[in-house]
This record gives sequence, C-alpha cells and structure tokens, in this order.
Amino acid sequence: MSFLEVRGLTKSFGGVNAVNAVSLDLKEGELLALIGPNGAGKTTCFNMLYGQLKPDEGSVKLNGRELIGQTPRKIWRMGVGRTFQITATYASMTVMENVQMALISHHRGIFSVWPPASRRHRPEAHALLELVGMESQAERAASVLAYGDLKRLELAIALAHSPRLLLMDEPTAGMAPKERVGLMQLTADIVKERKIGVLFTEHDMDVVFAHAHRVLVLNRGEILADGSVDEVRANPRVQEVYLGGGSTFGEQEDADTGQSADGSVDKEGLANA
Amino acid sequence: MDFFVVQILTGLSNAAALFLVASGLSIIFGVTRVVNFSHGSFYMLGAFIGYSLMTVLPGFIGFWASILLAGVAVGVIGLIVEMGVLRPIYKSPELFQLVATFGVILVIQDLTLLIWGPDDLIGKRSPGFEGVVKIGDQLLPSYDLVLIFLSFLVLGGLWFLFNKTRVGILVRAATQDREMVGALGVNQSWLFSGVFFLGSALAGIGGAAQLPKGGADLLMDFNILAPVFVVVVIGGMGSIPGAFVAALIISELNVFGVQLLPQSTLVLMFVVMAVVLIFRPWGLFGRPETLGSHGSQGPPEAPLRAFSGRLWLALAAAAIALTAVPLFGGTFLQVLLADVIIACLFATSLHFILGLGGLVSFGHAATFGGGAYAAALLVQYAEAPMEMAMLFAPLAAGLLALVIGWFCVRLSGVYFAMLTLAFAQVVWSVAFQWGDVTGGDDGILGIWPSAWASGTTAYYYLVLTLGLGGIATLLFMAYTPFGYALRGGRDSALRSEAIGINVRLVQWSAFIFAGFMSGLAGALFVFAKGSIFPTELEIARSFDALIIVFLGGVQSLFGPLAGGVVFTLLQDWLSRFEYWRLFLGLMIIGIVILLPNGLVGVGQWVRNRLGAAPGKPEEEAA
Ligand SMILES: Nc1ncnc2c1ncn2[C@@H]1O[C@H](COP(=O)(O)OP(=O)(O)OP(=O)(O)O)[C@@H](O)[C@H]1O
Ligand SMILES: [Mg+2]
Repeated sequence: MSFLEVRGLTKSFGGVNAVNAVSLDLKEGELLALIGPNGAGKTTCFNMLYGQLKPDEGSVKLNGRELIGQTPRKIWRMGVGRTFQITATYASMTVMENVQMALISHHRGIFSVWPPASRRHRPEAHALLELVGMESQAERAASVLAYGDLKRLELAIALAHSPRLLLMDEPTAGMAPKERVGLMQLTADIVKERKIGVLFTEHDMDVVFAHAHRVLVLNRGEILADGSVDEVRANPRVQEVYLGGGSTFGEQEDADTGQSADGSVDKEGLANA
Repeated sequence: MDFFVVQILTGLSNAAALFLVASGLSIIFGVTRVVNFSHGSFYMLGAFIGYSLMTVLPGFIGFWASILLAGVAVGVIGLIVEMGVLRPIYKSPELFQLVATFGVILVIQDLTLLIWGPDDLIGKRSPGFEGVVKIGDQLLPSYDLVLIFLSFLVLGGLWFLFNKTRVGILVRAATQDREMVGALGVNQSWLFSGVFFLGSALAGIGGAAQLPKGGADLLMDFNILAPVFVVVVIGGMGSIPGAFVAALIISELNVFGVQLLPQSTLVLMFVVMAVVLIFRPWGLFGRPETLGSHGSQGPPEAPLRAFSGRLWLALAAAAIALTAVPLFGGTFLQVLLADVIIACLFATSLHFILGLGGLVSFGHAATFGGGAYAAALLVQYAEAPMEMAMLFAPLAAGLLALVIGWFCVRLSGVYFAMLTLAFAQVVWSVAFQWGDVTGGDDGILGIWPSAWASGTTAYYYLVLTLGLGGIATLLFMAYTPFGYALRGGRDSALRSEAIGINVRLVQWSAFIFAGFMSGLAGALFVFAKGSIFPTELEIARSFDALIIVFLGGVQSLFGPLAGGVVFTLLQDWLSRFEYWRLFLGLMIIGIVILLPNGLVGVGQWVRNRLGAAPGKPEEEAA
C-alpha cells in the first residue's frame, strides 16, 4: 500500500516548466530512485514535497494527509526527514551537537533552559552517529568535515526523529565509490528494518541499479519512465536521454559539486551494469 | 481646494531632498551591496560646501553652479571614502562595512565642525526665486516649485541613465546579478567607484539645493538618516522609482500630518512604514533578497566549549576584585566601573542577538532608552519606588522589543539593520516630540535611587549585582537549547526548518529577551545618572553597543565584556578632547581595515589575558 501519493505536481519558473505533472507512489519499505539529467527538476520536486516551494498545481498526500501548503516544520513533525543536495548543517556546532539539536527539537525542548544543549540526548545522538559511521568524529566541528562526512551527518540528523519517509537529494555526492555503496547499503538496511519509505536522487548509476527497488526517470520536468531497475534500463527512451543529446550529466555534476569524476556515472553504468 | 493644492506642492518640494539622498543610497546599495550609513553626512557636506560656494559665486549662475559644484565635491569625497575605507573591506562581513561607514560619520562630523564652526548657517535665497506665487488665496514660495522641478529632472535623468545609456544598462545588469559584472567585461573597481561618486553627488546636490529652505547645521546628517532609511525601506532597496514614490508619500504625509496631528509627524512616518512592511516586507518596489546576496558571513565560528576550571577561577577572581573595589577605590572609580558594567550588560544583550543570532540590530538603543524612560516615567508619574521601577523597566523594554521584533525578524541582513534603526528612531521621536509627558529635549530629571541604595558604594553594589546577574544570565542562555537554536538559525535557517525549529519564533524570542536585558541596563543607567534625555535613544547610542561588540570580537561570548571595558575607558579618556569624534571615527575605520578578520587577533589577546577558553577559535580540532 502506498503511503505517499503525489499527483500532478507542476511548477514553472517564469516561462520554464521545471516540473510538469509529476505523479508517483511510494510504499513503506520501498527505496525509490528519482533519476534524470541535471536540471531535470528533481530538487524542485523535493522542495515541493517538503513545503519549501509552493507548486503551481498538484497534491502530495502522506497517509491521506495533504502536505501542500504546510511548512517544512510541520511536514517534519509528520514524520518526513530530508537531506539536501547542498548540505545544510550547523557550521558552528560539533557533529554531535548537530544531531542533538534534531533530537532536542523532536522532544520539543527548544525553549527549555536546563540542562544545557550539549548534555541532552547524548546516548541517542551517539547511536545515530554510530549508525552512519561518524562516531569517531562526534566532537569535531561540522565546519571542518569532508563533504562526504557532511552527507553522512545529514543522514544521522534526518533519522533523529525516526521518520516514516526520507527524502535524500544526492546522498552520495562527493563520496568515493566505495563509500557510496556503503552508504546506500546502510540506507537499504534501514528501509528494510524500519519499514520506512525512501525517495532519493542519484547520479551514480551503479548505486541506483544496485540498491533501488524502483526507478523513476525524470526528464525536462516530466516522468519518462517508471519501473523496476531492469525495465528502466531496457527502456529505449531512457537510453536516448542518457546516451544521445548533448548533455550527459556526468560532466555537469563535476561543475555542480566540485567533485572529481569517478567514472562510475552515465553511459557505461547504463549500458553495462 | 487651493489650500490642498499648496499643501500637496509643499509636500512635493519637501520630497526633493529626501528623494535625492535616498536614490543615491539606493544606487550605491544596488551595485555594491553596501548600506552607506554616512550618506546623511554627504548630504550635510553638500549643504555646507554649497553654502560656502554661494558666498563666493554670486548671482543666478553662481547659485546653480554652487549646487552643481557642491555635488561634484561631495561626489569626490564619496569617492575617497569608497577607495580609502570600503574598498579594502568589500569582502568582509557586512557588519564591518556598516561599522566603517559609521566611523566615517564621526570623522565628517568633526571635520565639518572644525571647518565651518558650530553655528547653524542660514541659506541664501535662490536668485530669481526669492518670492512667492499665489495659488488662489494661498501663497507658496516659488523656490518650492524649483525643487519640484529639480526632483522630476533628476528622476528623469536617472531613468535615462539606467535605461538608455550603455553604462547605465550595465550598472542595472550588475544590480540584478553581481556575477554578470565580470562576465560583461566591466572593471568592478571602476563600476563601484563610479556608482559611489554618483550616489554621493546626488546626496550633495540634495543638501545644497535645500539651502534656501533649510540652511545648514551639524545635526543634518543624523536627522535625514532615519527618513531616508524609511524611504528606502518603503520604496524597496535599490529601486529608484521606489525611492521617488516613497519620498513623496513620506513628505505629503508630513505636510498633512502637521495639520492634523502636529504632535506625531515623526511617528506617522514610521507607522506608514510598518503598514507597508506588513504587506510587502521588501518594500513597494523591492525584490526579495536572495540568500547569500549580502556580503560574506566571515569564517565559521568555533563550537562553544564548556567553561574550563581555569575560566571559572578567573571569573571568580574578577567578581571578588570587583566586590572589593569600594575597599580601596574612591567614588570616581566606583562610578566609572558602574558605567563599565552597564555598558557591558547593554553590549552583551546586543551580542546575544547579533553574535549568536546573526541579527545585526542598529536600533538597540530603543530598548536601553526605552527601559530608562519606563523607569523614569514610573517614578515621575506613579511615584514608584526604585525597586518597582527597576522591575518594570525591563518588562516594558521587553514589550517594546516584542512589538519591534515582530516586524523586524521577518527580514534579515541589511534590511533588518535598517528597520531596527528606523524603529529606534520612532521611539526617539516619541520621547522627543511628546514633550508633555517625556519632557522632550529637557528630559526627565530627579530620578534617584531609594534611600538604601543612594550612596555611591551602595549603588555600585546594586549595579554589580544586577549587572553581572544579567550578563551571567545572557551567557548562560547561550548554552541552553534556546541559545543553540538561535545560533542554528544563523548558521542554516534551512536546516533548522527541516528539523522542526521555528526560526522566526526563536529569533523573535531572543529579540525580546535581549530587549529585556537591555532595558535592565537602561534602568540601572537612569538611577545612576538621576536623569534621562532623548540622547539615550539616539542612533549614536545604538552604535556604542555595536562598536563595543565589534571591538571585542563578534564571535566570542566574552567579546562584549572586553569591548565594554576598553570602550568605556577609552571614551572617558577621549571625551576630554574637543574633537574626540574624529579620533574615535579614525580609530574605528583603522580597526575595521587593519584587522579584517573580525578582531580575532585582539580578541584572542584579550581572552588570553582573561584566561578564558570558551569561544576560542580552535584550529582544526582533533
Ligand atoms: N528558484 C528557481 N528559479 C528559477 N529557476 C529555477 C529555480 N530552481 C530551479 N530552477 C530551474 O528548474 C529546473 C530544474 O532544476 P532542479 O534543481 O530541480 O534540477 P535537478 O534535477 O535537481 O538538477 P541537478 O541534477 O543539477 O541537481 C532547472 O532548469 C533550473 O534552472
Ligand atoms: Mg538537484
């Protein structure tokens, strides 16, 4: 049974149709990949799901409750966690404190004064950091972390309130290939264990094909394909988007995130994996 | 009917100077993203320079040549300020630029005093327009019509410049997208300098052109600052038509306000601003500020550390030393130290929102003076004893902050700074204009402590207890989840919202809390001095707190304390000289330019002296 139902989500910026009539369903315990070239509208979709951006049209229902029109805060309280394409963490706090803040907010302790913030929910925070493999860096300042570690920290933060739905925008960008597989394996385990739904975007096809239960292909704001990994891979229209045309997203990703290419993206991934 | 026509024309002519100054400010902001707080000083310089030129150049031609030359001269001065003061710090956090331009205000104030003397100068009539014109049975000075013509001329000229000339279109492109400047092959230094020249020249022309109406005096700079900010905020930062429309609205409002509500002309202007901001937080013609469009935020702050044993020891030693002061120190030292503690509390409360919250308030005096006035009014009218006044003053200040904060926390960056400044001016204008209640300029006198606290030493202990108590509470709050949430909202509002934290609510609460503490400082102040005047609500008072925070180091919890000590002692010493503003201004500019890393160096040195560990910028933690 799908607990997230997205229908006809549409958004244009000026004259540009960034997202056009996107519909999707997500079941509990499902790991759904949303892929597509740069500028396909993936992040825009996420922003609309998370209440940061108001869609022109469409509805998003979580367990039958409408999310459109809600603030990100409310949506988070309804059990939705999010990680960002460009990481958003508290630079002036330690890794541990970053997670503690999410826990404090979850336990509605933001306006309480005792005990001090850094002493709250330490065991819980520690467990979350352990889960994502960041426990050894717990006391470091978030401002000095490597990009891949920031992504991991974001995952720990997003898991702090035991969400039912997790939205991950390029969770493995900036990581080495091995790390990518590790992180997605971890995510897959969490999905299985806790029966949560995960919607993620990813440019690394190895990662997508290895872990996603289902794949949605977005191109120029429209859903091009929706199906299992094998179905999508065999889809000639998908191949055209990735193999034909001027813009392969592998190159652009480098420009976007400033990461060096690791060769695991694009053509070979699609053709051989 | 004729009456209305004349009133409307009077309003239009009053709008001229306001529009010229505001459009200059807007143009400079649009391109360089610097809010030039010294823009009012350029306006003042225009008036003084124009005055001097008019005494040399006679006749009709001489009059207009003087105005034009005054504009050019002020433009050149603006250029000097841009190249000498701002260019080295374009990449610094915006607070640096704001503080630096405040230094420029001080320097220009004293230089003007030095050159032209302290007396108000009465402007010469404009040759050919000395008389009045008759409209029905009403009279209107003919020069008013000239000013109206001038403002339309400038509006048209600017429109032509920005829409029809290559340079102007480039500048406009740069306003919309700063990255474009380089891409278009424009030399950014030239562009910034040129824009500064133009903006300053407009202010200079505005100052000179209003000479026949208003003359020249040394208060012009601050007096025009608040209305200009109101105009820019209402019209929208960077929008010239916005500045024009808003200047018209404000001026007409003043003209008709004088007829209907003569006691509240100043307040009226801010009420309009508040109404506009409720519906359009970015002003009538402004566009929402895109994140990160204003300056860099500086290097990331280090995580807070728990107080070390050494620090506790140092703090205890300081507290004991302060307690022991009356045993060996005389009256003078106790009074001075009480001043220091009050300044530290005032600045620490500002640091709470500015340092931890990233909310750069330029109107913190509102709650300081607000608290002081609340206490004084309670004593004056309710014959409240000191204890009660001291209890209610912070509450009143907190209430004031609640109202002001509601409007302000919806904005950020320079918009927040200007709006807080404008609101502080509202409070100032109430105290200043509502003479029947507040005594106006004469202030409220005879506010003395209760008998038990009336001795110098007794009052010193009272300040020590309440002042240090307030500072300790503020420091403690930094470590609570609330203080962390405040810092979190500054670091990444996006992340905060994504973990269920209501950033605006946290900021608003912090604003109220800081206002409460600042009000306590004000209450301690009023009973220490025995009197209160509107000067405690002035822009200069807000800047005192800013400079203290800045001096001590924005990123350090103990910065405001170090800054408070240094600043109060320095001011005490400098104020013995006639031109102390000049020194202070130069010093501020020097610090901003020479220590572009936010005084981390000096702050570090001070902290080492105090033996404090928290907030110590850690090098790459292990
Ligand atoms: N705030 C905005 N204003 C105008 N256009 C926007 C805005 N946000 C996104 N766009 C445009 O919408 C389109 C979709 O962008 P989006 O960021 O959703 O793509 P994406 O699939 O996440 O790409 P990437 O793989 O690079 O992250 C792009 O053409 C982008 O330029
Ligand atoms: Mg994206």
